[in-house]
Amino acid sequence: MTTVAAPAGPPLLLATSLERRFGTQRALRGVSLSVFPGECHLVVGPNGAGKSTLLRLLAGLARPSAGSVHLGGAPLGRDAVARRTIGLLSHQSHLYDDLSAVENLAFAARLHGLVTDPVGNARRSLAAVGLIDRVDEPVRRLSRGTVQRVAIARALMHGPRLLLLDEPLSGLDPAASEQIAGLLDDERRTGKGLVLVSHDVHESWELATHVHLLMRGAWVIDEPRSGTLEEFLARYREALHG
Amino acid sequence: MADLLRAAVAIAAKDLRVELRSRTALVSALGFAAMVLVIFNFARDSATVSREAMAPSVLWITFTFSAVIALNRSFALERENAALDALLLAPVSRTAIFLGKYLANLAFVFTIEAVALPLFVLFFGVSIRGVVSGILLTSVLATAGFVAVGTVFAAIAVRTRFAELMLPVLVLPFLLPPVIAAVQITSRLLAGRPMSEILGWLKILALYDLVFVTFCILLFPALMDE
Repeated sequence: MTTVAAPAGPPLLLATSLERRFGTQRALRGVSLSVFPGECHLVVGPNGAGKSTLLRLLAGLARPSAGSVHLGGAPLGRDAVARRTIGLLSHQSHLYDDLSAVENLAFAARLHGLVTDPVGNARRSLAAVGLIDRVDEPVRRLSRGTVQRVAIARALMHGPRLLLLDEPLSGLDPAASEQIAGLLDDERRTGKGLVLVSHDVHESWELATHVHLLMRGAWVIDEPRSGTLEEFLARYREALHG
Repeated sequence: MADLLRAAVAIAAKDLRVELRSRTALVSALGFAAMVLVIFNFARDSATVSREAMAPSVLWITFTFSAVIALNRSFALERENAALDALLLAPVSRTAIFLGKYLANLAFVFTIEAVALPLFVLFFGVSIRGVVSGILLTSVLATAGFVAVGTVFAAIAVRTRFAELMLPVLVLPFLLPPVIAAVQITSRLLAGRPMSEILGWLKILALYDLVFVTFCILLFPALMDE
């Protein structure tokens, strides 16, 4: 069972009454979220619930139609320093297919100011996710699971305080999935905040300190994790079909 | 400032490395340039149109359309795997992203021009001896301006569904002033006209660069926001 101490100090992330409209359609409706150090917020929901849209708003890659996002107490805007505190794993890899894993991460390291040894940083980050072989091959030649691990290494490399992760365990074999889950839990224990989006609650349940069920753009469940996975799934099914 | 330049160089180096691996834009643009020169060379009626009259226009049509092909690639590679999101999320200014893309695009287009110019001399049999420095100066001035504009429009076009079609439609009207000026300068250089007839056009090119490079640097950050 994942445990977490009572939050102290300001939240790493504070999202208030987020709304996102696409034309007349409201993809998010009044979603609020606060993430403190050492918390892992698991956001689940069916396809089209608005999970990826929420993650883009939290990362500052899209603007909310209403509401606000604050990082470490400051509004999320064009501030480059604020962006340094975010590590994002999207459902797309953010990698260049023609570059190797090391070249991709070394480029990211340079952009994040890790300029003294970008290649060394890249290799260490890849080793942390279990990648030592084939890291000099072009990404286009790597398997989906390996690309996923490279993308995770990229998101973690610069030591962000807030991790926004879209399906981090998808495409991984059981051993790799266990390794990455352990790595993410270690990150949480060191005081980082995680927002973990998934449509599969089983694989991420143990990581979560808080659970959120998003349906049709609004929270249906929004609480600290308590009870068992089966109880949560029963409530999930009830919300889905009720 | 040092951080901005460092990020810009990193982005440009990455673009050049990706292009050297894939050679997508360079091979396409160079192939296109060679085809344009061949077509114009054989399509010309030598009895009615002299090489000297036609050559400057052909040279700049070749440079311009080849450059548009290369510019299309500039942001298309960021669309693959949504790499643009990571670029926007990195703690670097939007201006650094523009400068990085601009530097890489300048390198691509100058490379295309460096290959296309000898081909032009070969196909059209035009002597550029004695005016090489003038043509190079014209190329630098014209290219600096239209690549800045092309970089901005490539960033706009990449967010549309038909980026490859949209870029030429959007950018070509803005390329008319530097291309017309460059054609006029090249014509006069090849005809051995005095510098006094060229200076005015060179000033137009310099002014275009000053206005549009500045405008593009200022505009780009706003374009990158949603």
